[in-house]
Amino acid sequence: MSIHRSTPRLSRRRFIQASGALTASAVLPTALFARTGGPQRLVVVILRGALDGLAAVPPFGDPDYAPLHRELAIASPGSPDGALALDATFGLHPELQFLHERYTAGELVVFQAAASPYRDRSHFDGQNVLENGLMHPLGSADGWLNRAIAARSRTSRSSAALVGRAVAIAQNVPLILRGDAPVLSKSPVAAPDVDEELLARLQDLYSKDDWLSARLSEAVQSEHLGDASSEAQATSPMASPAKPVDRITASARMAAAIMRSDGGPEVAVLEATGWDTHANQGAAKGVLAQRLRGLDAALRALGNDLGPLWGQTVVLVVTEFGRTAAMNGTRGTDHGTGGCAFLVGGAVRGGRVISDWPGLSTASLLDNRDLKPTLDLRSVFKGVLDEHLRIDAKTLAARVFPDSTQARALDGLIRA
Amino acid sequence: MMLQPEIAVLRFGLGARPGDLAAAASDPRAWLRAQTRGPAQRAGTTELAPSNEIFEAVLAAREERREERLEAATPEEVKAAGAILREAYQPHYRAQVLARAQSAAVTTQPFGERLVHFWANHFAVSADKGAIYGLAGTLENEAIRPHVNGRFAELLTAVEQHPAMIVFLDNQYSVGTDSAAARRAAARLAPASDRPTRRFGINENLAREILELHTLGVGGGYRQEDVTSFAQILTGWSIGGGRGRLSGGVPGKYCFRVELHEPGAKMLLGKRYAEQGQAEGEAVLADLAAHSSTARFLATKLVRHFIADDPPPKAVDRLARAYLKSGGDLPQVYAALIESPEAWEPRPLKFKTPEDFVFSTLRALELTPGAPQEVIHAFDLMGQRQYTPGSPAGWADTAASWGGSDALMHRVLWASQTAGRFAERTSPTEVAGAALGGLLRPETVTAMRRASTGSQALALLLMSPEFQRR
Repeated sequence: MSIHRSTPRLSRRRFIQASGALTASAVLPTALFARTGGPQRLVVVILRGALDGLAAVPPFGDPDYAPLHRELAIASPGSPDGALALDATFGLHPELQFLHERYTAGELVVFQAAASPYRDRSHFDGQNVLENGLMHPLGSADGWLNRAIAARSRTSRSSAALVGRAVAIAQNVPLILRGDAPVLSKSPVAAPDVDEELLARLQDLYSKDDWLSARLSEAVQSEHLGDASSEAQATSPMASPAKPVDRITASARMAAAIMRSDGGPEVAVLEATGWDTHANQGAAKGVLAQRLRGLDAALRALGNDLGPLWGQTVVLVVTEFGRTAAMNGTRGTDHGTGGCAFLVGGAVRGGRVISDWPGLSTASLLDNRDLKPTLDLRSVFKGVLDEHLRIDAKTLAARVFPDSTQARALDGLIRA
Repeated sequence: MMLQPEIAVLRFGLGARPGDLAAAASDPRAWLRAQTRGPAQRAGTTELAPSNEIFEAVLAAREERREERLEAATPEEVKAAGAILREAYQPHYRAQVLARAQSAAVTTQPFGERLVHFWANHFAVSADKGAIYGLAGTLENEAIRPHVNGRFAELLTAVEQHPAMIVFLDNQYSVGTDSAAARRAAARLAPASDRPTRRFGINENLAREILELHTLGVGGGYRQEDVTSFAQILTGWSIGGGRGRLSGGVPGKYCFRVELHEPGAKMLLGKRYAEQGQAEGEAVLADLAAHSSTARFLATKLVRHFIADDPPPKAVDRLARAYLKSGGDLPQVYAALIESPEAWEPRPLKFKTPEDFVFSTLRALELTPGAPQEVIHAFDLMGQRQYTPGSPAGWADTAASWGGSDALMHRVLWASQTAGRFAERTSPTEVAGAALGGLLRPETVTAMRRASTGSQALALLLMSPEFQRR
């Protein structure tokens, strides 16, 4: 593929000077991530499609588990293809090797029977509630993580840049990161250099169009972020990896490269699809097992690539809801309610399962079908934002999670 | 500023080919209405295989793969066997994507074509799931094109009985727990042993998405018990020609399997449906199509697509009323859209999706893609790989979903690649006038005149605020 290049080609420096007058927000790439807070890092991984929490975190110690989940149930630790033991009740899916290592190292908290406040079973509304931090799917165009970053910028003593406190590893910013605080988006589709003179002229052409102008400035600033990772991962430079299992690793490596860069952002969001296992879900092997192996490999790559930053890092892995406790008629599971979540990283006070386990007996299921949620995910989010990003309780209650008095922040998730 | 012909061609249509603005000039509304009659024919010359032939080829490939796997001695041979399936689907996917782009590029009925795209996205199937890779485009061509200007109930039934939808939402194996097949299996196994039997049961996926995404909408007044009941009603809606439970029937065609169907009367949304086999599900679809929640949900989506990300309530009311008054006759709903003053706002209202951007560029430059890779590359680059919205909800239809900074940079990249390839053949200023008419701003003309090359001028046009919106 050839790209037209006009001549003379402006240097990046000259481009920035040339367009500086038009774009007050344009800053040098190195100043992009000027920090106002500490060196903490937060990565949120959203699993879209509803992960089966009873396969990822099998409650093998519950006598109702195997009869309900049937062919999809993961066997007890010690049996062939059995779960990786966490405690007497819970294990991890055998493909979650890295997570299990982190559990043993005291760097993983597993949440079971958790859910957002959403109680219906639409993916799309469920994801909205997970991301907007409210009680209802509609009514908010911004996400809780963006509100948290914006609130922190307002209360921070330093007046340094508001720009680039967060990055979405995607072409477009997901709801959780949309809002007032500026957010970069950067996808692992490797883009060759765009003609810089064209960019300068476009910036000029967008001068009366705030919406396009702001986006182009951000794009120019983040153009070379994470280049190291795209070199590392790309055999085919144009297309993102074809399989979701590989895409998530590419995204994780890009997040690590960007966060590691000089003054890199504190917050990153990644997404992975392919969890909606209505048919032929499999157990220790099969479709879901492959997805979990991909997720585990991505988290391992994130850890490796973050290197020394891992000690300051918290990775939150969440999904919109769990799936039915019983296998359905097509060897899969349908949309449910309570599910699992993970908190992993060098800054996590882990080696624990946090679950007020409701059990899987018929009487204890929600609507006779779903694992009953006993932990509000907002309690986890609030705990992380409080202890890790140091956002005070008042701000969390007023701005970030309104209507969340029922969901008190979980204490002690982060190492002191 | 958009004059009425520009609005008709750019906002309702797919962007102007030279001459389109003149064709719509005398009576833009009549030009639009004329495109809402009869089946929406696909333009262009690419021949496509029908879904049942593709499905048969896939079944044959599955069989071949099974045998190759059995004989495979090395991991490489196992992997090679896996490629057999991809090779069976891929040529069909590529041909369907090419055909879609050709039709969008050359059609003289661009409003009708946009409506086809709208409904294909409303009834989204995603090619990143198994056999759908080869079948995704067939739903659009076989179920949507014939009914896009008919009654919604007919469109709905054609879609829900199309093999691509049934396979995408896993209904082919959904079995009533009290069906003949389940009872036979129980009788065979029960006395013999206590070994676990494969459980026969329903899969809710199709039923839930029909209610949530195709008809009532998520706040449309149904509950979990309605989903379960509807799933029972739909047991037996399957396809022919598979293995095991799916043997029998015409391979690759819709097939009602009475032996999988849950017998007896069922309750749905407070109404009792007597046992009628396949007709029971069809009766439900007819009732859902007539429901006021469906009218409102469809009206909202149409208004969001054609008027604004935040749909003006008056326009939604108008379309919903037209829907209910006409018994869901789609041309009358389109007529209400065409007559809505909100749709004729002279300011561009919608940020183009990558799909809009590619199709309007093809039309502006009078390009007809000749090979799949020419368009597949563009969609990969800009994050809207054709027929892969990834979920049954389809692609999002708001600027917030498409306006990421990284996404914008990929648009710039594609615009400059395309301009570099085609600038020599064109006069950028002539292209600008024919493509944008009165919407072309003096600033853009000036920027194009000052550009250092013809190719840069064309890239500036394609990336101009007015070309990026409709």
